[in-house]
Amino acid sequence: MAQNDLLKTPLHDWHVGAGARLVDFAGWSMPVQYRSIVEEHVACRSAAGLFDISHMGRLYLRGDRAGEWLDGLVTNRVATLPVGRARYALITNERGGTKDDVLVYRLTEEQGYGYLVVVNAANREKILGWFAEHGPPSGVDVVDRTFETGMIAFQGPKAVEVAHRLTELEGGLPLAELRYYRSARGRVAGVPALVSRTGYTGEDGIEVIVNADRTQEVWEALLEAAKDVGARPCGLGARDTLRLEAALPLYGHELTEEITPLEARLDFAVKLDKPDFIGKEALVRQRAEGVSRLRVGLVLEGKRIARQDMPVLASGQKVGFVSSGTFAPTLQKSIAMAFVQPGYSTQGSQLAVQVRQQAVSATVVELPFYKRPRS
Amino acid sequence: MDPSQLRFSETHEWIALDGDIATIGITQFAVEQLTDLVHIELPGPGEEVRAGEPFGEIESVKAVSDLYSPVDGTVVEVNERVRDDVSVVSNDPYGEGWLIKVRVKPGTSLDDLLTHEQYQQQIAEGA
Repeated sequence: MAQNDLLKTPLHDWHVGAGARLVDFAGWSMPVQYRSIVEEHVACRSAAGLFDISHMGRLYLRGDRAGEWLDGLVTNRVATLPVGRARYALITNERGGTKDDVLVYRLTEEQGYGYLVVVNAANREKILGWFAEHGPPSGVDVVDRTFETGMIAFQGPKAVEVAHRLTELEGGLPLAELRYYRSARGRVAGVPALVSRTGYTGEDGIEVIVNADRTQEVWEALLEAAKDVGARPCGLGARDTLRLEAALPLYGHELTEEITPLEARLDFAVKLDKPDFIGKEALVRQRAEGVSRLRVGLVLEGKRIARQDMPVLASGQKVGFVSSGTFAPTLQKSIAMAFVQPGYSTQGSQLAVQVRQQAVSATVVELPFYKRPRS
Repeated sequence: MDPSQLRFSETHEWIALDGDIATIGITQFAVEQLTDLVHIELPGPGEEVRAGEPFGEIESVKAVSDLYSPVDGTVVEVNERVRDDVSVVSNDPYGEGWLIKVRVKPGTSLDDLLTHEQYQQQIAEGA
């Protein structure tokens, strides 16, 4: 696709002005890096990083029965989700394979929408189609507000204290007291916003949704306020290395239409005892019969990087494949996530990754690779 | 080395010839495009390299790229410093960050390779 045909976020011109390297990501022109992926990664781990995530799909649901209907399409419990909470869930197909991983927000009714579903950019149209196919009952509307809004992630050990100074939440709740996986309406830098204590980096932080035409105001205010602590704008490159260290799955890598949430070890988000949802039957069967592959973490010897689809070997035989890999900037190790036969998934298993002509030794380690120090 | 005195491949390697010994590295532009270099694979002394064929690999956080030899020859020396610490290449690609030295066949000419000016033009055209 030519660069001109790509979708642009409300921050696109800002990225261009900042000299970002832009790439086609799921049909969007997105910054992969401003300067160095590693420097941006380190800034987020040590201070704060600002990410344009406006490309993610924001699908709002309206109507009394929205929660009940959505509950039939996702693996986690969302009908009973209390107002102001957010929950991670998978949308699965009939075979239990993953159509998308999403964050479901329960919002206050007076906003008009009872639910918000944040989906991956690459899956937005697919999920809109899936929702339409599995027809919302009369009185329930799905409204795609991706293009009229912008979304910013502000992540890192300093992010909340910096954002706190610029944020007023409804009910007078200080931002610092907004708990993990909660959201609230309010204002950030004076701009009406939905703020949640969520993220995709393994760090503490927030994600903010604002109107498209005021996204840059919020972005610049946060960046300005965070300058003194060494915060930086971060591209998708750092977003990928950060999520990989934190062992967070990325759709298209650890999750696909063929990979089930149980294989990806996302059992915490799969409630097989809840009423029916698409994919439940297949997942119940898989739970009973056992999975044929499991997601594991690998640490490779040396510095070569395991890339997606490289074979994982045990005694020279293929026992799995790599889903993502990188050279982890915080850990200074070559790490990867892979899917292997369950017999090879235990910690300490000695495997190898076929990196082009060379079989590189790799050890199965506990996930996540990186856990932030708790204060 | 002074880049204006070097010759270049379209694949962003540079080469300098002194007698029958050629020194080969990658360009500043290549370093800037790759960013975040992690690792480099180089051949050992005595190995043959062939013009237009890969002699090694350079890996960045984002991707792995082949390194192409601009000439035929035999590796006589490898820069051990860049094997240990690839940041030497990022910091000084035309100097301390050279990659290999190759003995070329008598009569080898660099005339078919790009001059500095031609290389700069190729970059400017976004090739």
